Amino acid sequence: MITTDILIIGAGPTGLFTVFEAGLLKLKCHLIDALPQPGGQCSEIYPKKPIYDIPAYPEILAGDLTHKLLEQCKQFEPGFTLGERAETIEKQDDGSFIVTTNKGTKHQAPVVAIAGGLGSFEPRKPILENITNFEDKGVEYIIKDPEFYRDKKVVIAGGGDSALDWSIFLADVAASVTLVHRRSEFRGHLDSVEKVQELKNVGKINLITPAEITAINGVENVESVEVTKKDEAPFILETDHFIPLFGLSPKLGPIGDWGLEIEKNAIKVDNALDYQTNIPGIFAIGDVNTYPGKLKLILCGFHEATLMCQAAYKIINPGKRYVLKYTTVSGVDGFDGTRKEAPKAVVKAID
Amino acid sequence: MEQDINITITDRDGVKHQVLAPTDMAMNLMEVVRSYELAPEGTIGVCGGMAMCASCQCYVLSETTLPDMQDDEEAMLSEAFNVKDNSRLGCQIQMTLEMEGLEVELAPES
Repeated sequence: MITTDILIIGAGPTGLFTVFEAGLLKLKCHLIDALPQPGGQCSEIYPKKPIYDIPAYPEILAGDLTHKLLEQCKQFEPGFTLGERAETIEKQDDGSFIVTTNKGTKHQAPVVAIAGGLGSFEPRKPILENITNFEDKGVEYIIKDPEFYRDKKVVIAGGGDSALDWSIFLADVAASVTLVHRRSEFRGHLDSVEKVQELKNVGKINLITPAEITAINGVENVESVEVTKKDEAPFILETDHFIPLFGLSPKLGPIGDWGLEIEKNAIKVDNALDYQTNIPGIFAIGDVNTYPGKLKLILCGFHEATLMCQAAYKIINPGKRYVLKYTTVSGVDGFDGTRKEAPKAVVKAID
Repeated sequence: MEQDINITITDRDGVKHQVLAPTDMAMNLMEVVRSYELAPEGTIGVCGGMAMCASCQCYVLSETTLPDMQDDEEAMLSEAFNVKDNSRLGCQIQMTLEMEGLEVELAPES
C-alpha cells in the first residue's frame, strides 16, 4: 500500500504544480498516470509545440514546461505510479480513500485530487468488427515488451511515429515485419521515415501502401489479416500479430463511475471555494473539472491547484493554524533536506 | 452582423442546425461547433485544434470552395477512421465570408 497526503490522479501540468503547492504546506503527494511518463498531453500529444499563455513565458515548448514543473517540485519528492490507470476508489471508515489501479497497485490518502485532464489515454481501435475477439490473442494496441515478438510474424498498421519507430525496432527482433499504411506519406520524424525506407530497400520491412487492413482471420488466435490495396483486390497475409498504432484518444474512463457529479464529460466542482467535488475529500482540478465560466487553460489549472491545497491542508490538519507565506520571504524547504532562500541583504557600514 | 455567415451543421444524431458563424474572430469550424455546443465537450476538438486527433472530422456536403488541405490535415485524416472523400478536419477550416452557405455533417465519434 502506497500512502501519501494528497493522491493526485493525473501527472499533467496541473498535477505536477499541485506537488509544489502542497509541498509548501508540508503535504506529500503521489501521482498516478496511465501514460508511462509525466506531463500528460504536454508530453504525449504535443511536446514540441509552443505554448504562449503561460504567465511570464512569452513562449515555451510543452515538453519544456513539463521539465520545468518537474524541476520545480522535485524537492518535495513526489511518488509516481506511471503506466497504470486509476480504476476504483473506496472510502474508508477513517475518512481516507483507497485508489486501486488496473494493475492492482493500491494507494491510500486522506485527500484525492483528480487532475485527469480529458481522461486517460486509450488506444484508438480500427473499425474491424471482430477485432475485440482477438485482443491479447494476436492483436495488441500498445507494445509493452518487444521481446514478445521475437521470431514472430508481425503486421503493423499506422502512419505516425509509433508505427514507424516500432517497425524499425521490430525489424531486428521479429521473423518478419509488414507495415501497412493508408497512404505512401508518413508523418513521422524525417530520420524515422528514412530509416524505414532503408530497411524496406534491404528487404527487412515489407511496406504495403496505400493499403488498409480490412479483416482479421483466425480461430482462437490471429492467423492472418486481409490487406486491401487501393483499387486492388484484397489479399490474405499470414501473421502471428496485428498491431494497429493509430494513436491515443482520451476517455474519462473509470473515474466516470466514482459517483462524482459529471457534466459535459467533466467533473462538477465548487468553484466558489476549493474545487471540491460532491464527495468531500475528493477534488477535481484542471481540465477535468467544470463550473460556470470554466476555461480549460493550464494557467487556470495552476490557480485551482493552489486553492485546492489550502483546503486539503484543513482536512489533513483539522484546526491547525496556518497563514499564507511568500516563497521570497520564507524560502522553500524541501522534503529532501534542501533549502532555497533569498540571499540576505548585505549590512555594511559606509565610512 | 455583416461579418457573420450562415452555415448548416448536421450533428452526430442527424439533427440539422442552421447557425451564424462569425468570420472576424479567427474561429474555425470546430470552434463554431463547440460554441453552439452541437457535440458534447470532450468529444470534439480534443487536441485543441492542432490537426492531431481527428475528433472534429466532418463531411463537407455543399460545393463550397474551401482552403486546400495542408500536410498535417492530410496526414491526420489518413490515420483517422470513417474517412470519406469529402472528409475534412473542422479545426483546419477558418471561417471566411466566402463560406456563406457551407453545409457539413459531423463524422461519428471515434
